[in-house]
This record gives sequence, C-alpha cells and structure tokens, in this order.
Amino acid sequence: MPSPANPLGLQENDMATEATKAAGQGGEAVGMPQLDFSTWPNQIFWLLVTLVAIYLLLTRIALPRIGAVLADRKGAITNDLAAAEELKQKALKAEKAYNEALAQARADAAKIVAEARAVIQKDLDAALAKADAQIVAKSAESEGRITEIREGALAAVTEVAKDTAREIVVALGGKADARSVAAAVTARLKG
Amino acid sequence: MGANSVATEGESSGFAIHPMDQFVIKPLFGGTEIYWYTVTNVTLWMAIAVLCIAGLLVLGTRRRAIIPSRTQSVAEMIYGFIYNMVEDVTGHDGVKYFPYVMTLFLFILFANLLGLVPTSFTTTSHVAVTVTLALMVFLGVTILGFIRNGVGFLSMFWVSSAPLAVRPILAVIEVISYFVRPVSHSIRLAGNLMAGHAVIKVIAGFASLAVVSPVVVGAVAAIYGLELLVAVVQAYVFTILTCVYLRDAVGGAHH
Repeated sequence: MPSPANPLGLQENDMATEATKAAGQGGEAVGMPQLDFSTWPNQIFWLLVTLVAIYLLLTRIALPRIGAVLADRKGAITNDLAAAEELKQKALKAEKAYNEALAQARADAAKIVAEARAVIQKDLDAALAKADAQIVAKSAESEGRITEIREGALAAVTEVAKDTAREIVVALGGKADARSVAAAVTARLKG
Repeated sequence: MGANSVATEGESSGFAIHPMDQFVIKPLFGGTEIYWYTVTNVTLWMAIAVLCIAGLLVLGTRRRAIIPSRTQSVAEMIYGFIYNMVEDVTGHDGVKYFPYVMTLFLFILFANLLGLVPTSFTTTSHVAVTVTLALMVFLGVTILGFIRNGVGFLSMFWVSSAPLAVRPILAVIEVISYFVRPVSHSIRLAGNLMAGHAVIKVIAGFASLAVVSPVVVGAVAAIYGLELLVAVVQAYVFTILTCVYLRDAVGGAHH
C-alpha cells in the first residue's frame, strides 16, 4: 500500500476510488480496479475465509480419505501379488509332488515286474533242471539197453560164427573139434 | 459525475470496449459502499471455487472405491501430483506442509478456471488476493525457517561457496532477491490473469464491426485456449515456487 507521504500513491488511490464509485453506479471501471485499495480489506477478508474453508475441507475430509484410498489400493495390489506368488509356489509344489509320485509309481512297477520275472525265471530254471535230469536218466537207461542189445548181438554173432565154422569144417570133411573151433573163432573175432 | 465520465469515454472511443469492467468489485445485494464484510462478487466466486473443490475432492471420493470413478481418479491425480511435487522439491521433511500447498494450488487452480467462465469474476486477477497469498507464503517460510534453523537460517544469504571477498556483495543481492520474491510471486499470477482476460475482452469488443467479426471469433477462441493453459500453468508455477521457497526453510540453507 502507498504510504500517506507518497503523493503519487494517494493520487492513484483516489483515482481508483473514483472508478469504483462509477462502477457502483454503472458497473463500469475507469483505470484498474485492482489498484482500488478501498476494496482490499474486503477481498483479503473473503480470501482468508475461503482459504480456511478449503484447508478445513482438505485436512478434515478430502486428504485423509484420498490418502487412505491410495494406501488401500497399494495394500490390495501388494496383497494380490503376494497371494499370486503364494499360489504359484503351491502349484509348483503340487507339480513337484505329482512328478515324485509318478516316478515312485514307475519305480514300483519296475520292481514288481523284476520280481515277477525273477519268480518266473526260478520256476523255469527248476523245470528245466528237472527236465534235464529226466533226459539224463532216460538216456542213461537207453544206453544201458543199447549196450545190452549190442552185447546180446555180439554173443549171438559169436555163437553163429562157431556154429557156422563147425558146419563148414564138417562139410569140408574135417573132424570138427568143438573146443578148437570155438577157440579159433574167438581168436579171429578178437582179431 | 462518474457516470458522466464513463459516458463521454464511451462516446469518444467509438467502440463499447471496457476491458477492465470485468474486474470491478460490486456488492451482491445492492449498496455502493464496500466494507470488509460486504458480500461481493469476490465472495460469490470464491464460494463457488470452494463448492467446486468440495465437489471434486469430497463428493467425488465419497465411495472410496479401490477402482476409482472418473472424478475420484481426477481427485487422486491432483493429490498425487501435488504430493509428489512437495516431496520431490522440499524433501521428506516438507511433506507435512502438503495440506497448505494443496490448499493454495486448488484455490488458485479453481479461481483461474472459474474465471474463464463467461461473465464470471476472476478473483486471482486481483493483486490484493495474490499479494495476500504470496505474503502468506513469504512470511510462513521466513518464520518457519527461523523456527527450524534458528539464526542459521540467515546463512542462506552468506554464500559459503563463493570467494570471501565477493560474499558481502552476494549477501546483499541474496537479501534483495529474497525480498523481491513475494512481489514477483504475486504480480506474476495477477498480471497473467488480468492481461489475458483484458485481451479477450478487447478483442471481443471488435466483434461489433461486421467486417472483422469472423476473425474476432477465431481469435477469441484461440486466446481462450491459451488462457486455459495459462490458468493451469500459473497455478502450477505458483505452487512449485511455494515449494521451492519452502525448501529453503525446511531443507536448511542449501541452494
């Protein structure tokens, strides 16, 4: 504000006041209404009232509310992200458990197969061994009989040879000495 | 006498252009005298600004929705914008002055924007208003600086990074610039608003000439767009300067 000692300021003030008076009557301004200092107390008073009103409105209601909403939202987002992460971990764990169970089942199956195979192999081996033993026994028996038959045949051949030789000696007019013929035949057969 | 002079001026100019009429302060309910308590158009438009702010920040957020409605997200955007500005400029200690800064910003923003409503009254185009706002910031910052830093607040005038011989000169310059702050702070806002509104009014006055009226309509529309920008930018400038001044008080004597 111009001091009373400043004539220029006073003059301005007067001019502006004139302007306002004109404005009061005709609603028109001469000069700058901004420099009409008679209206300053009014403006400053209402400005302060307005600012206090806005300040109270903000600090009592608006700002805490908006701050809370923003904090809530941030919290909700953080929670959701954490929950998602947790679910992801759970899913991974479940997958791992599933894979483990699958591997276990495979191992079990392989074990059962191996056991069954072992049992079958054992039975098979036993059966084979038994069959082999029977075969061995049978072939031994057969061999005995073959030997018997061969010996029988050999004896028969010797007998026939002695008889034949005696007959031949007789037929040729010789005197068949049974003992010497037999000895000769035996010697030849051994030959 | 006043009516006479107005009439003669109107005749002599040839056009009915009175760019300053929109700034005249009138009592709302008759009478010619304006006392400090008189209800005037200043009162009306400040009250409308308060109602708009209440509508946006209180009614708009009444549902406290996690997923915000349009008005709520605008309110949240303004909140976040100013909050981040205060935090970025003044640092963490300055956040507790956020409501004051928010009050200033919202008042100036809404006063500026409401001033652009045709036939309205622009409260922030008056030096009385902006000087009061600027002085509140200036005195607040100065008092706060002395409370927080004691006499050490004066060290911001003593530039310790300069050579010793230059420091007294710098100190004088710093002191002068410190006291010029409220002047530039307030005149910038009022000047911008007043000039823009006066220009619109002057150009619109030429619309009575049929020859130029199409050009005038285009020009008024263009300047109106510019004034919308000015309204928002000036509110922003006033607020960020407030934060910068606040930093001197809050953040110690650092530049």
